[in-house]
Amino acid sequence: MATGFLTDTTVCIGCKACEVACKQWNQLPADGYELTGDSYDNTKQLSGDTWRHVAFIENPKKKRLTGDVDLVALAEDVKEDLPNGAELDGLGRWTFMSDVCKHCVEAPCQQACPTGAIIRNEFDNVYIQPDVCNGCGYCVPACPYGVITSVPEDGRAFKCTLCYDRQIDGLEPACAKACPTNSIMFGEVEELERVAEERVKQLHDRGYPQAFLYGTPEVGGTGGIGGNHSKFILMDVPETYNLPENPFLPQDKVAGATVASAVAATVIGAVVAWAFRG
Amino acid sequence: MPGLGITLGRGGATGNLQDLQNSDAILIQGSNMAEAHPVGFRHPMIAKEKNGAKLIHIDPRFTRTSAMSDIYAPIRPGSDIVFLGALINYVLQNERHFEEYVVNFTNAATLISEDFEDADATGLFSGWNEETQAYDPSSWRYEGQPIDHAPVGGSQGALIGEAGEGEQHEAHDGGPRPNDQTLQHPRCVFQILKRHFERYTPEMVEKVCGTPKDTFEAVAETICENSGREKTTALCYAVGWTQHSKGVQLIRTAAILQLLLGNIGRPGGGIMALRGHATIQGSTDIATLYDILPGYLPMPDVAKPHDTWRDYVETETAKTGWLSNFPKYATSIMKAWYGEDFDHEEGELFEHFPRISGDHSYYPTIMAMKDREVDGCFVFGQNFAVGGPHAKMAREALRSLDWLVVLDAYEIETATTWKMDGTDPKDCATEVFFMPSGLVAEKDGSFTQTQRLLQWHDKSVEPPDDARSDAWFVYHLGRRIKELYKNSEDPRDDLINALEWEYPTEGPYDEPDIESILKEISGYEIEGGRPVSGFAELKDDGSTACGGWIYSGAYADGVNQTRRRKSGDNPNHEWGWAWPADRRILYNRASADPEGKPWSERKKYIWWDEEKEKWTGDDIPDFEADKPPSYRPEPDDDGMAAIPGDGPFIMNGDGLGWLFAPIGLKDGPLPVHYEPLESPVPNPLYFQQRDPALKVFPGRPDNPYNGPEDPRYPHVVTTYRLTEHHTTGAMSRWTPWLNELQPELFCEISPELAEEEEVNNAEWVTIETSRGKIHCKALVTDRIPTYKMNGGNIHTIGLPYHFGPNGIVTGDVVNDILPVSLEANVGIHEAKAFTANLRKGRV
Repeated sequence: MATGFLTDTTVCIGCKACEVACKQWNQLPADGYELTGDSYDNTKQLSGDTWRHVAFIENPKKKRLTGDVDLVALAEDVKEDLPNGAELDGLGRWTFMSDVCKHCVEAPCQQACPTGAIIRNEFDNVYIQPDVCNGCGYCVPACPYGVITSVPEDGRAFKCTLCYDRQIDGLEPACAKACPTNSIMFGEVEELERVAEERVKQLHDRGYPQAFLYGTPEVGGTGGIGGNHSKFILMDVPETYNLPENPFLPQDKVAGATVASAVAATVIGAVVAWAFRG
Repeated sequence: MPGLGITLGRGGATGNLQDLQNSDAILIQGSNMAEAHPVGFRHPMIAKEKNGAKLIHIDPRFTRTSAMSDIYAPIRPGSDIVFLGALINYVLQNERHFEEYVVNFTNAATLISEDFEDADATGLFSGWNEETQAYDPSSWRYEGQPIDHAPVGGSQGALIGEAGEGEQHEAHDGGPRPNDQTLQHPRCVFQILKRHFERYTPEMVEKVCGTPKDTFEAVAETICENSGREKTTALCYAVGWTQHSKGVQLIRTAAILQLLLGNIGRPGGGIMALRGHATIQGSTDIATLYDILPGYLPMPDVAKPHDTWRDYVETETAKTGWLSNFPKYATSIMKAWYGEDFDHEEGELFEHFPRISGDHSYYPTIMAMKDREVDGCFVFGQNFAVGGPHAKMAREALRSLDWLVVLDAYEIETATTWKMDGTDPKDCATEVFFMPSGLVAEKDGSFTQTQRLLQWHDKSVEPPDDARSDAWFVYHLGRRIKELYKNSEDPRDDLINALEWEYPTEGPYDEPDIESILKEISGYEIEGGRPVSGFAELKDDGSTACGGWIYSGAYADGVNQTRRRKSGDNPNHEWGWAWPADRRILYNRASADPEGKPWSERKKYIWWDEEKEKWTGDDIPDFEADKPPSYRPEPDDDGMAAIPGDGPFIMNGDGLGWLFAPIGLKDGPLPVHYEPLESPVPNPLYFQQRDPALKVFPGRPDNPYNGPEDPRYPHVVTTYRLTEHHTTGAMSRWTPWLNELQPELFCEISPELAEEEEVNNAEWVTIETSRGKIHCKALVTDRIPTYKMNGGNIHTIGLPYHFGPNGIVTGDVVNDILPVSLEANVGIHEAKAFTANLRKGRV
């Protein structure tokens, strides 16, 4: 049985309860106290100390996320200058997305790990065994999503465990438990896929043809890593959410890179040979 | 509180959060519900996602709530009455009101006295006295049989005492109260209402609120389409409506709108008053306010005929309606507090009972402190060195005390004013006692939250070290005071000696048993101690004790009803306990038509069972259980006998929802748009610039105001909260996991203002008013609209108020730049709209 997350960004209210619940359950330290100026996001990114991270995306005005009432057209109509001279502004969309480890089916971090610290556990989650990790850091650049970083204390790598310790006690992960709007759902991957399919169809029916499920091999361009056990319902292109459109396994580039290196070596050799021809 | 109380009868949210799932549309205004009530916001989200309900958000900022809404309508801060008034006008002009509901359940048909004159161009109603700066409301009365008792505040309120003009009418002068069921009589409330709101047009909304006309009409049409027999619309608000110089009237406008649409007392309808703390509802119910006793009973007042116990009871007993039961509730409180020593007939002890002698609300008391009229102060669960308006003055007031006791889990600013603002501790004579207190998991108790629901929490661990619960402190303080006075023969100490203060204690620190206090509040028979099942069992013959009648029944059958935690479908009577009488939707008799049948199958809730001859349904009926819908009172009936079988608003003397308030409000019987006290524009609707009955302090140079249209302070400030912090940050600024999420004070400004002042995102700015200035970083976002009015730009500056100098993350105190002014009815300050300027850099 494989478990995972389904994060429905369309009902996320950006409350960050998931971020706090994660830190509290896993006893992770704060990342520092700095106002970034980047909307309401002051923790910036996922890291060894931040395993859930809520992104705040302020979009250009007149691009509406929600609404059966056609406020898009309404906003277009009223434009900048209203009859009375008042100005309609700020009718922009503001999107929230709770990011987390994708728990890839073919996890690049696991394949990069030389010590065997990164395993697939009995829930088919990608899990870093902290007592085996030696802090080599190979997994960090291998992750196509920028999920993993080494912590400054001892250099070991940490990331979302999908609350392994809660799962073995039959509890759902802390973030999903804390989410007030069920934006974060936890369950069996197959069941979550069914829920996602239904929800995406519902959004299409409500007039949002752009809605799609990110993290399946078929849609969203994650074919290179065989899909994710942690999936997202998105309303815009993946780049909007700082997600790669085409994540890949680093070794997929190895063949091409090897050929390129061979070609380069040959060319350089030829050039050198030519230079010393006399 | 009177906004809802005077209109509907009780100062509490009319429904519950879970019931929002039954709404067909939800209008949120004066609240950033997703941000400040993220857990409660789950229910609007379910309504929207599962049932296709329309969410509407009307706000000066595009917030987390706006991002979830189907319609976002921008609004200039302080212009809400224009928007809501225009919705009322839209409903009336287009005949979209729920006719049968309005005719039967509201005072629409009631005729008003010939003396009444509406607030035409002046903006003042009849009865305004320029000299006393107060209204005499006698011209606002019902014709025929006036009502002299307000559902909140009791007898004519301070109007009798202070204005002294209100001629007391006899409740009954014979004959039925005249009305016009066709709603055509020019003096019937419906026609008065229609004329009054005529000027509140969509064009006026566009001009005054800056909301595009199309957006306004989309809002109006959406709520009209989703109201009526088959559908219901709910309104949600929070302190974004309350904290205005006309906050009470603002909330009343919403209540009038909901009555016209027939949305009160029905599933998916109502008005959700979202409270700002876990138990802020509880703190007004069990009376932290100076002018009420527990259960919203009027506090004895030197300005009223309250000389003796009999005078007090007689004056405050309503002739008609539920509050005709006043003697039972008042007597039971006295018996709960003073036991045998209180004689229910003569009530001699009452002679020494404290009386109010003026305005002792929060801010006048702070000013009195500063003027050295107050010696000492106890502070529980408050951080007003940061949290109140003009907080700098509050800190000066704290430094003027002889002694100060602060109970808190953290060393909050209120306990450290002796080293703030550049004070040399040597110069501060105040003796400060800081008592560490337990946090919620370290004590037993109950919360009364936003929907009047009492929920119990058990102690998980003992508080650490010397920390104790607040109840421990109060109990042992009371015990010691009684010990000190026990031999006193001085009559003025009688109350202390008579006070019943015996509670069982438990644990290593002798913590008082909180359940025994709940039992006392809920009420019991003095002989034998049997807990009463509810307020219907309370008596005025001295045989029952009850510390707060509206909570009566919370300990029925000797069981702590507030501890119930069984999940189930809404309304779930197995979870917690709601006041009054565990009713989850108030005024629910209105969910059935005048004949007692459900308005529709879809919105069925409470109905009259012909066979059993009683009201029945999904909830506890908020009506006399066996009064048939056909019951009609005789003109001279008193008490509940005067309430007809189709009068769902039983707290009001006529059983009707008050579209027009004939009594109880100090600033008019109908809402009027006035500009905020500090506004960059003149009032476009009336000559009167600001609420005439607003209390200001012109004689205090330490509390200056920015005048209307003052070019030095051209921008409008509105303050608010963030999800990541809690109020003044008293608890949250010590929590690293929250602090990393919102580490610094910032202001939200529009790109237009940023450009005008040449400010870049995340750069320092200075915001200044005549009270002072603060520094913070700018968050430039087009979520803040700019309005063009009178040929110029009106900019809004958004400021969260969570910061202060103590804690892991710190920042300037936003409340330092606020003015102190007191709304006419409840004395609330105006934090949601005042003026300031903004400059680049820290100057």
